[in-house]
Amino acid sequence: MGAGHAHKLYRHGHSPVHALPAHCKIAAVFCFVLVVVSTPREAVWAFGLYALLIAAAAAAARIPAGFLLKRLLIEVPFVAFALLMPFVAEGPRTEVLGMSLSASGLWGAWNILAKGTLGVAASVLLAATTELRELLLGLQRLRMPPLLVQIASFMIRYGDVITDEMRRMRIARLSRGFEARGIRHWGVLAKSAGALFIRSYERGERVHLAMVSRGYTGTMPRLAETTATRTQWTRAAALPLAALAVCLLGWTL
Amino acid sequence: MDPLSTTAPAPSLAVSRLAYAYPDGHQALFGVDLTVGRGERVALLGPNGAGKTTLVLHLNGILEAGAGTVEIAGLPVGKEHLAEIRRRVGIVFQDPDDQLFMPTVREDVAFGPASAGLRGDALDERVTEALTRVGMADFADRPPHHLSFGQRRRVAVATVLAMRPEILVLDEPSSNLDPASRRELADILRSLDVTVLMVTHDLPYALELCPRSVVLSGGVIVADGTTQQLLCDEELMRTHRLELPFGFDPRSVDVPL
Repeated sequence: MGAGHAHKLYRHGHSPVHALPAHCKIAAVFCFVLVVVSTPREAVWAFGLYALLIAAAAAAARIPAGFLLKRLLIEVPFVAFALLMPFVAEGPRTEVLGMSLSASGLWGAWNILAKGTLGVAASVLLAATTELRELLLGLQRLRMPPLLVQIASFMIRYGDVITDEMRRMRIARLSRGFEARGIRHWGVLAKSAGALFIRSYERGERVHLAMVSRGYTGTMPRLAETTATRTQWTRAAALPLAALAVCLLGWTL
Repeated sequence: MDPLSTTAPAPSLAVSRLAYAYPDGHQALFGVDLTVGRGERVALLGPNGAGKTTLVLHLNGILEAGAGTVEIAGLPVGKEHLAEIRRRVGIVFQDPDDQLFMPTVREDVAFGPASAGLRGDALDERVTEALTRVGMADFADRPPHHLSFGQRRRVAVATVLAMRPEILVLDEPSSNLDPASRRELADILRSLDVTVLMVTHDLPYALELCPRSVVLSGGVIVADGTTQQLLCDEELMRTHRLELPFGFDPRSVDVPL
């Protein structure tokens, strides 16, 4: 079952970044990403400055660089597509290391790579400094539809329960001498997945019953109301504002 | 309070001639009569498929009676005051993972009272009180899935205690518990001054905790008496597929009163 007492993405700490209310941080990251995305791709130096801004934020949050870089690996499968672009895109071609590559493809790949990496880095930083629970409350505070917040919070709550059920089913299969070796065994795996789906569905019904029994009428009661002070908003805004300045420079220069 | 309380207090639970058939036509209850007085602890025994769960789901209006009535402390179960009925009837379901659906223990215990409109300090106080009564106050900020099974069951009890129920309904409270957790739960249940209706297959547990038992079989109450009397009635036990664990003799037990 669960390994620690917090989610793996979260890194416990008491830095000024940790202390900011979740909704400020979410808004800040969102604006930062918007600014990064709207920067012209030719302004290469601007992306370097963005990376520095992220590094500064990470330093303020006392998140070691290694931690951040390791988490960034999640991006790799998405980047694979970007790497293909110089080979398949149309247009004038240039020579790089003896290979003929499309110039617009190179720019496109750079665009995806740089903007994607910065976006992921900002999100990783957010996840490392904000507990999942806080993130959900933050989203609620930012007026995300309550139904979506409820769905997300149930996913967090029951993710472990369902993984555990899946693990038990796998052990039961192994104990009876089954090991998925090839395409012939996919049928069994598909049936297990179906059984898991039905079990989860039935659990859903039982959970709903338990909720109704305790007075659930369709909306979650709001418990803690965290409000952010002006200073906290200002601090959180430092990152996107600095990025905005860089972005404007990128457009004018 | 209610008009009936001027004379004697209304019984916590009064079920009369309750019958129910599922939409698919399968009839589960054929006229159940059951009265549980305030402060009593009663075990509801019966073989699988006797209609125990169906009966429990009538107590807080999840299922609507086909015929007959259910009253909780004088208040008839019906659409008009479902919220109050659900506050008065605290059902603890068998699997605590179904019952504990919020990210932390504190929020889960707060869910019921908060749904009823409680906020702020009063809510915190209620949560702490409920968790203290089951000895779980130190675990308030833990996520439920990081607790042991026994601890989760105790938190599940706290989630309904927080609503200050008139009657606590426990579905198989001792299932999946190790002997120590079983005893801890028994101590907690004994220390509560609420009416308890306990659905169980665990006959020694029923004998330990409930002075009175009723047997539900084939959709009707077939026996109602002191737990020891019922468990010693071999004829009754055999007819209704109730079996004692190997080597357990209910006559040999001194029942705590």
